[in-house]
Amino acid sequence: MDNRQKEIDNLKDYKYGFTTDIENTRAPKGLNEDVIKFISNIKKEPQWMLDFRLKAYERFKQLKEPDWQKPKYPKIDYQDLYYYSAPKSMRDKPKNLEDLDPKLLETYKKLGIPLQEQKRLNGIAVDAVFDSVSVATTFRDELTKQGIIFCPISEAIQNHPDLVKKYLGSVIPVTDHFFATLNSAVFTDGSFAYIPEGVRCPMELSTYFRINASNTGQFERTLIVADKGSYVSYLEGCTAPMRDENQLHAANVELVALDDAEIKYSTVQNWYPGDKDGKGGIYNFVTKRGLCKGKNSKISWTQVETGSAITWKYPSCILKGDNSVGEFYSIAITNNHQKADTGTKMIHLGKNTKSKIISKGISAGHSDMTYRGLVDISPKATNSNNYTQCDSLLMGNKCGAHTVPYIKNKNSESNIAHEATTSKISEEQLHYCQQRGLSAEEAVGLIVNGFCKEVLQQLPMEFAVEAQKLVGISLEGSVG
Amino acid sequence: MKEQLQKDFDNTIRNLTLSQKDIEIKKFYLDNFINKGFPNRREEDWKFYDLNQIINRNIGELSFYSDYASTNKVDTSVFVDGLEHNKIVFINGRIEKIDFDYEKKDQIEIIDQSETINKFNNNSSLSDLNSAFTNKSFRIVVKEGYQLKKPLIIYHTTNSKIWSKNINLRLNFELYENSSLRLIDLFRDTSEKNFINIFYNFDLKENSVLKNYKVDKFENKNIKYSFNNIEQDNNSISETFILSSGSNFCKNEINCNLNGEYSSAFVNGIFSINNNKHHEIRTIINHLTENTKSYQLIKSVLEDSSRSVYQGKIFVDSKAQKTDGYQLSKAILLNKDSEFNAKPELEIYADDVKCSHGSASGSLNEDSIFYLRSRGLNYQQSRELLINGFLLDVVEKITDPEVKNLIKNMIGIKE
Repeated sequence: MDNRQKEIDNLKDYKYGFTTDIENTRAPKGLNEDVIKFISNIKKEPQWMLDFRLKAYERFKQLKEPDWQKPKYPKIDYQDLYYYSAPKSMRDKPKNLEDLDPKLLETYKKLGIPLQEQKRLNGIAVDAVFDSVSVATTFRDELTKQGIIFCPISEAIQNHPDLVKKYLGSVIPVTDHFFATLNSAVFTDGSFAYIPEGVRCPMELSTYFRINASNTGQFERTLIVADKGSYVSYLEGCTAPMRDENQLHAANVELVALDDAEIKYSTVQNWYPGDKDGKGGIYNFVTKRGLCKGKNSKISWTQVETGSAITWKYPSCILKGDNSVGEFYSIAITNNHQKADTGTKMIHLGKNTKSKIISKGISAGHSDMTYRGLVDISPKATNSNNYTQCDSLLMGNKCGAHTVPYIKNKNSESNIAHEATTSKISEEQLHYCQQRGLSAEEAVGLIVNGFCKEVLQQLPMEFAVEAQKLVGISLEGSVG
Repeated sequence: MKEQLQKDFDNTIRNLTLSQKDIEIKKFYLDNFINKGFPNRREEDWKFYDLNQIINRNIGELSFYSDYASTNKVDTSVFVDGLEHNKIVFINGRIEKIDFDYEKKDQIEIIDQSETINKFNNNSSLSDLNSAFTNKSFRIVVKEGYQLKKPLIIYHTTNSKIWSKNINLRLNFELYENSSLRLIDLFRDTSEKNFINIFYNFDLKENSVLKNYKVDKFENKNIKYSFNNIEQDNNSISETFILSSGSNFCKNEINCNLNGEYSSAFVNGIFSINNNKHHEIRTIINHLTENTKSYQLIKSVLEDSSRSVYQGKIFVDSKAQKTDGYQLSKAILLNKDSEFNAKPELEIYADDVKCSHGSASGSLNEDSIFYLRSRGLNYQQSRELLINGFLLDVVEKITDPEVKNLIKNMIGIKE
């Protein structure tokens, strides 16, 4: 137990809160056509990409910022942000790691993501995104041998334009909602993955997002396409420095699964949550959407949300192909003044489609958490099934936990079952654990981990261990 | 619609004897309504039931003028047989009869409230419409310690004299300490295509018990909206049962504030609809203090291309520790065109609570049908038996045996 205590003490403060002192190239402040052209130009994009961005921007100008969400935030001045920021040394992308700015290498080492060949994490290919640019992608050669494309999206636009053109915006169109459209106009970097027909990706693909520069919004875009009969497991991690200001993170993630393909997407989100009084922190307004395009395809979202001042996202599945499956597993933990409004949408369009939603919310301190979800079974989705379970755990009477499910069943041969509970940790369980010699905090940690277990089990091994620790740390100080 | 409203309002006012102040209050509500109009799907609470569209498509031009001066003949054939009861009879929106024959006269007070007071902290446009056009709102007071011997049945009847009309009703009930009231709302319509807008307010003092049964059983083509506001003091109990079946369009809203400790609220409902009927129940239970309890059970049986909606919300204030809240909605979809929508919502700010909700929808269980057929029932019989059993579950929740039997007979549920 001593070790665990030490570990917790070590991690008590947000350990990823440092900044890297590095010279940046920035786009001029504000949002206008010139800035979009600047981004497109610096990325050496072809004309069709610029047109895509400008079309999105045209649409964006007509949209109003939504305000139906539970966590309210002060108005964001979109003209007071930098939409592009990259380390100067990345202007001309270094060919290999030796040429990479040592400061960047150092940063990733500190974050526990070594990029050097000999120290690489075993079995995980990492694309490291620093502010608006991808700095390195590991294990590329090995993946190329199998025909798998895994690279920054800016490279994919140049090297695989056909694929990008075909799928970019096919799940989240440029005419989507406010933040998604903003992203379409100004997105900077992110990952692109393509798994060819019949290939089972031999390792986990992963992207690590890091916000460093101040006053910057991060707008990354991820596109994953799994061709017929393929399988891929993708991980996403994120951190940011501690700052007093709120920073905007508005990403778009698109997944496309063709016939018999499976995509498993896991996120451990640990953006800076702000300090104890709710000052600073990231606004995490992300659009994640997966399209089960082909027959028998499957998309599964797993998320552990512990960071961010405000989390506002609904990873969704559009179950278009017959027999397709959508899954959503989520743990959301809010402490201090954090706020979360998260959940999922399962849109059943094809026959025999199935979806499963397991959501666990834990709120402590002065935080506020909302599960908001939609299950929509369309008239043609015969013989479809949905099962939803959302449980909330409250610690203290200054926090809130809310459940807002929307259930629409338009097909008589389909079943929807929904269950939700809200409660606190039972005195009996606490008493039992303490009686066996655990301290109050350890007992809570144990019970909470048990509460989350169903979701933690869905995570890949390496992530599961980290996530389990994170769950303990996020609730630090909320007992008693 | 604006000119129509203004004209009908002036005509209505002319026939009433109102004080200047009263007219001004009514005008204020009218202006509010003119500004807002009928609620539509852009409003979250009306997302599944776009009243504006429903009225436009099914009625078209509405007339708001009601002739409150001329009386209607009370048709005694509509009265319920075999159950002694007190009566209030509304015909085409006008109160024609109030009788509490079975009760002690000094224990019940009926106050004719001529002045318009809006007691609803519901700023919906329908409340404004109601306040602007109701002619009278009665206050019915049950005195301390008095328990009504017989149930009170309110007959809501309309006849073919009216069409394309808006009818507004309003009643306020006050139940003093230790009193109790059983109230049955019975809808009997032979009119077509009217919009009926009903507001009830219940004030439940300590230890009082209210049982409200709303029965909309008989086929008609009207559009109905009913809003119940229930304020509950310590130890009070409210039980609401809704049978939502007869009208073409119907939305029932229950807003219940549990202000006193150990107060409890029960809401049970049945949707049994066919054709292209569209019904909704929306409940908001506000747990505002410690040790309060609420229980809700809503079941739907949907035939043809009917639609039912259940929006239920449990709100728990940070002061309301030891709250017990439960919500369950179930639906059987019998036809491929039927549709069930639900939004069971929990909003919780206290930690020592037990709140849960469940929702399930799907088709009739084929295995159960197979079982019954293997015992010699035909398909139709098995189906009926299963549906009866499904709905009986809700009817059995009715705590009053007399009313339970009455409702069972009405629905034709056999045990």
